[in-house]
Amino acid sequence: MKRFLAWLFGALLLVPAFGVAAAEAPDALIRRISNEMLDKIKADKDLRTGDFAKLSALADSTVMPHVDFQRMTALAVGRNWRAATPEQQKRLMEEFRVLLLRTYSGALSAVKDQSIRMKPMRAAPEDAEVIVRSEVIQPGRDALQLDYRLRKVGDAWKIYDVNVLGVWLVETYRNQFAQEVSSKGIDGLIKSLSEKNQAPDQPNKS
Amino acid sequence: MSRGVRPFARLLAASCVTGALLLGGCATLPGSETSRSPKDPFEPYNRAMDRFNQALDDALVAPVARGYRAVLPAGMRAWVGNFFANLWDLPSAGHQLLQGKPERAFMGLFRFGVNTTLGFGGILDIATAAGIERHREDFGQTLGRWGIPPGPYLVLPLFGPSSVRDGVGLVLDFRNDLVSYIDSSETRLGLRALWIVDVRERLLDATGLVEGIALDRYLFVRDSYLQRRQSLVWDGEPPEDEDEDEDKEDDARNGK
Repeated sequence: MKRFLAWLFGALLLVPAFGVAAAEAPDALIRRISNEMLDKIKADKDLRTGDFAKLSALADSTVMPHVDFQRMTALAVGRNWRAATPEQQKRLMEEFRVLLLRTYSGALSAVKDQSIRMKPMRAAPEDAEVIVRSEVIQPGRDALQLDYRLRKVGDAWKIYDVNVLGVWLVETYRNQFAQEVSSKGIDGLIKSLSEKNQAPDQPNKS
Repeated sequence: MSRGVRPFARLLAASCVTGALLLGGCATLPGSETSRSPKDPFEPYNRAMDRFNQALDDALVAPVARGYRAVLPAGMRAWVGNFFANLWDLPSAGHQLLQGKPERAFMGLFRFGVNTTLGFGGILDIATAAGIERHREDFGQTLGRWGIPPGPYLVLPLFGPSSVRDGVGLVLDFRNDLVSYIDSSETRLGLRALWIVDVRERLLDATGLVEGIALDRYLFVRDSYLQRRQSLVWDGEPPEDEDEDEDKEDDARNGK
């Protein structure tokens, strides 16, 4: 009887643990998405040669479901986000998304024999915000640091910032966005972003 | 001086002094920029120096780097890059020690030994192939590890993005690296010039990318540089900035 009670008690303790395990852990999520993206890029030459429509579709199906893009844009726009109308916020998110995809599409031509290595994650189980650290391993070259900030939204983890080589994306755009807004207003920022996005790529221009 | 003149260290020192003088001059002018960052009190001077560097790059450095890329096959350019990276591995090992990381110092020394001998003076990076990673360190990072903040952002002539701390670090590094021990000043200058061309060649594609994604190239480079250095000081895991986090939280809440 004692053993039975111990067993029952143990099982009860395990139930919440199973409940937690149901939501994918943040580092497991990043590992899965990274490998999925890398495999698809390796398998598709169009993605490496800058086919924007294809990259956009891949990002929408693979990454974007796990990104809190509204939070990402709001953080980059900073205090001015509150002053923007819902329509302006929507436009800002659209243009920012294209700008980021353009950023990455330029880097994909270098994808060849890379792989992802996850670094140990330091987080307490109750944390609602974590940093997941990883590295892109490239044979014969220095590893590239690639980190993510994630936040728990309901049951799922959502990415809201990316760090490449020690540089957080949101912080890098913060001052630029603030400068545009303070000199030309929110519509001015939207216009600048959209002009940037429509400019032809300048491959190898220095 | 036993090692003769060291034009590079002198150029750097001189440029810092010139910069300081220019700053004095600029400080009296009204700032034309909108959102002045506390990290960049010298923004007007920095932007001017940035334009100067840009012009110098357009006119001289980038064309030479493109020529270098056109003339030398990729394999040989890799040898040149490896050679300079290997030369830096020795001071890096010293910095690891100064930063209290004896294991990394030892591994760095081992790296340098392996590549210098088996890698034919460093042109082959055998150590990386064998899984011994390179951890590049410099005086700016050591000073940072010792608790010295970067201070104001500073654009150096020719070398570009830096900070007061990293600028001092650069001078100290150039006075003590292996190239500075070469007796012939022609060889020394030649190696420095080749190093600059090598670095610039590898940045040719990146500069095009920055043009494509930055709303303001100066701010983009500045804010990336300052973050990158802070990250390097802490080997990729800088302590979280609490104030800034709260700031962001505030903004995000307002956004919702």
